[in-house]
Amino acid sequence: MGNTMNINLKVWRQQNENAVGQFEDHKVQASPDMSFLEMFDVLNEQIIENGAEPIAFDHDCREGICGMCSMVINGRPHGPKGGVTTCQLHMRSFKDGDTIVVEPWRSNAFPVVKDLSVNRSAFDRIISAGGYVSVNTGNAVDANSVLIPKEVADTAFQAAMCIGCGACVSACKNASAMLFVGAKVTQLSMLPQGQPERQSRVVAMVDQMDAEGFGACTNTGACAAECPKEIPMSVIATLNREYYKAKLNGK
Amino acid sequence: MGVLSFVFSSSLGRKLIMAVTGISLIAFLMVHCAINATVFFNDGGETFNVAAEFMAKNWFIRAAEIGLFAGLLWHIIQGFQLTIANRKSRTAKYSASPGNANSKWYSRSMGLLGSIILIFLVMHLKHFWVVSRFGIPHELGHLEYASGAHLENLYIEMKQTFQDPLAVIVYVLGCAGLGYHLLHGFGSAFQTLGINHKSYTPMIKSIGVVFSIVVPLTFALIPVVMYLGIIK
Repeated sequence: MGNTMNINLKVWRQQNENAVGQFEDHKVQASPDMSFLEMFDVLNEQIIENGAEPIAFDHDCREGICGMCSMVINGRPHGPKGGVTTCQLHMRSFKDGDTIVVEPWRSNAFPVVKDLSVNRSAFDRIISAGGYVSVNTGNAVDANSVLIPKEVADTAFQAAMCIGCGACVSACKNASAMLFVGAKVTQLSMLPQGQPERQSRVVAMVDQMDAEGFGACTNTGACAAECPKEIPMSVIATLNREYYKAKLNGK
Repeated sequence: MGVLSFVFSSSLGRKLIMAVTGISLIAFLMVHCAINATVFFNDGGETFNVAAEFMAKNWFIRAAEIGLFAGLLWHIIQGFQLTIANRKSRTAKYSASPGNANSKWYSRSMGLLGSIILIFLVMHLKHFWVVSRFGIPHELGHLEYASGAHLENLYIEMKQTFQDPLAVIVYVLGCAGLGYHLLHGFGSAFQTLGINHKSYTPMIKSIGVVFSIVVPLTFALIPVVMYLGIIK
């Protein structure tokens, strides 16, 4: 531990959804090579040793693919670096003696479960509303029996990179979920497997999105700038296009 | 109407209204700016008055004006409604602000910029629209030009209005608000319409930036040069 960093933290503590939350100050010593979540592990050990209740935060794979970690760090979801999740953020991105403000995703559609952990079931309900494809049962078909142009596959895959973490909602001044919904609609509407439900899907997903209480997009681009998977704003244009087409078709 | 009812009920429908009315207002600004720019001919306002006369007498323009006011009103009401609804989607605010790290300030301030434009617009309509529709209140209101044209002299109304430095300042600020509103609104409208393509979007964005600078700058220059007496 040759170059230990002294970090001051202001962490949001909230007992449950209906409780009033407040910031709590903590000091922690961290190595620059620790991930942000590992720094929180050290902090929680410290809190437990002092007989207090550890800070609740979401995490699972810790390699940037599960979409569980959240945390708004100094006002930015997943912290100051582009294209990474909180678990991929390292303490070397901060300076010795820094004060870091850590808050949960803030959106009425994502109620706080406890401290930094929020309930993102609203995303699951949007997916249930239409984010699926119909597949015949029986033997698996040969992978190359359905021809898909490379460019189409690439665009669909880029959208499919979305891990559903909700950083887009948390970054948006309107707490809009349109980057998330746009990514799912783009991915499924471009590929042949998604065609049967193409129009009903987009309408059902947008209806559910509105019902969950997410805001409307004003194209500020904050979502795409903060997306750990760098999903572009063009998926929102695709969402708009798909939705208008479906609506004009009477869906 | 059933098939179009989504423009009232869904978030995407309301966005569509903002985009369509916004683009209509952009089209109006183009015409308005081109006509106003004729004062730079420095011909005592003759070309300007001829153009103003055409706009006032042409029945098609008159009909389009009704559409323009309807569109403007819809844009304003929908804008306020969306802003209020969007604010409700996050009642617990963040303590730390990302500043301009992930978005431009003017893209986050469309409501504020729009409100500045609205305040300016009330004053602007009182100055010129009311006068051009209901008669110019002073003796210089009518002119006979060398060409024999007999015109209402809206130009003299402009010159008189812009003798007041306060009016000049308000107009310049109004144009600055309009410029930043357009800087986000122009490109944003196309994105909302679903037009985002690697070949066209860079072009739309460039045209949007040029439009957002040239048009408000042309508008803002008129009160300034009139106040300074550069234009006779």
